[in-house]
Amino acid sequence: MVLSNYTPQELMVAVASREIQDGDLVFVGMRLPILAYAVARNGHAPSARGLFEVGLMRDQPAEGFLGTMGDPPNVVGALWATRMSNVMALMAQGSVDLGFIGGAEVDRFGNLNTSYVGDPAHPKVKLPGSGGGADIAILSRRWVTLMSHERRRLVERVSFITSPGYGDGSPYWRKRNGLLGGGPAAIITTICVLRFPELGGEANLASVHPGHTIDEVRAETGWDLRVADDVMETPTPTEDELSAIRRFDPEGFWTRSA
Amino acid sequence: MTMVEAIRRFVPDRSTVALGLALEPLIPFAAGHEMIRQGRRDLELVGPISDALFDQLIGAGCVRQVTAAWVGNVSEGLGHCYRRACEERIPRSLEVRDHSNFSISLALWAAAWNVPTLPTRSLLGSDILHTNPGVVARDGLVHVDAVRPDVAIVHVQRSDEMGRAHAWGPMGITEEAGLAADGVVISCEELVEPSVTLSDPNRILFPETKVVAVVHEPGGAHPSPVQGFFKRDHSFYRDYAEQSRSVKGYLAWLEQWVMLVPDRTAYLNRIDTASLRITRHRMSEPVDYGAE
Repeated sequence: MVLSNYTPQELMVAVASREIQDGDLVFVGMRLPILAYAVARNGHAPSARGLFEVGLMRDQPAEGFLGTMGDPPNVVGALWATRMSNVMALMAQGSVDLGFIGGAEVDRFGNLNTSYVGDPAHPKVKLPGSGGGADIAILSRRWVTLMSHERRRLVERVSFITSPGYGDGSPYWRKRNGLLGGGPAAIITTICVLRFPELGGEANLASVHPGHTIDEVRAETGWDLRVADDVMETPTPTEDELSAIRRFDPEGFWTRSA
Repeated sequence: MTMVEAIRRFVPDRSTVALGLALEPLIPFAAGHEMIRQGRRDLELVGPISDALFDQLIGAGCVRQVTAAWVGNVSEGLGHCYRRACEERIPRSLEVRDHSNFSISLALWAAAWNVPTLPTRSLLGSDILHTNPGVVARDGLVHVDAVRPDVAIVHVQRSDEMGRAHAWGPMGITEEAGLAADGVVISCEELVEPSVTLSDPNRILFPETKVVAVVHEPGGAHPSPVQGFFKRDHSFYRDYAEQSRSVKGYLAWLEQWVMLVPDRTAYLNRIDTASLRITRHRMSEPVDYGAE
């Protein structure tokens, strides 16, 4: 297999999968995170469990393609099929190690907007809403978001905080506001990875995907992006990661379309 | 009871209707389409995430308010009718009560338990607290007001005529919605004898006293999946997303799949059901309810 022959989405999945540690209980979101869990479980995190807000727990990826987490193959072999409030109970207890959230718009402090662009009373764009995003952002121990890197999506401040990151970026913002979980760990985009300091605050550029540059990332980011001292090139997907991705997304439904 | 009669009797104009409660599976599309055909107006829809059905009802002008965590098309993204209603008031204006998945569940449990609010640690720090007056932060917790539907519509694998419904797979917020609602309309793949449902009372979703109608509607959840019966019809969602990008496209879709379709049987005749039907069955082991 030619390793350079991967799509941006496949790289994002591989990077996301590396955020999962062995033994983690992972709150698996829709789309790319479903694949990230499958890749991690097949590779470096064989005992990671996945939790799905529809009301499922699994310790192995579903056999075959999933268009949604509620597709019948995701129920076959499940460890638990239940109601959503039972799954939320685990997260409310602080038992979810890592959550994934899809983002439409994110700001320098990791706050996500998936609700309204512009005034909520007269929105310029009405986005679908929180889903479980706000719950994951507030209650999971740490979380990661994946998004397309565009200047209009990575903005100085989001106009609406659906899923809070580090709020206004001031020290201990989450603690002062009573948020249970630790907050965002990383933003994985189509061209780079942004990371947050251990105690929260402002995102900085941690790695740039192969074929892209720091200048390009900064130009495509809507705030004056800090660059980490040890910024590096994002490691490419391994053969094992790529073969797992292609096994679970054989038609490229998630990873080969824009 | 037929779907026509169930909707006529139990979903009048201005009803608060909970549906799509198991998230992506078991969505009662047949019931929603019948509401559109009967020209329902000023409905309030209640749900967790909605995979296309809310969008269709909004586009048809049936809806005054949405109380939900997410409205769109799960595998495709945005709900175009939802956007047009919120941004341009097409075909009419829409009130939105934002929730998260957790908070809408709590709102329904509050109603089910007949208390005004339930507290949670979720939503702290979210601007949802500023757009939805029904979620209020106080003393380090968020208090979620009860949401009480007039009717919950639930598609299940099987039910008897008394409304003892068996459903399996992930349940989302189905149970709290049914308990919170004044009444439940069951739509089922199979209508079975009470001897079947009563053989496994743990699997019965709702007390029969809550159920006001049982409609035998095989395929009534298409294009959403039904464990053991139907796969999800991914391309149907994609086609809907593409066609509904414009008002004209949406209306053409509506004519083809709802307005000119008299009932679910005629609808299913237009679908390649053979390729969607689940044929590799996996039966669970029976349980022993022995008592003496």
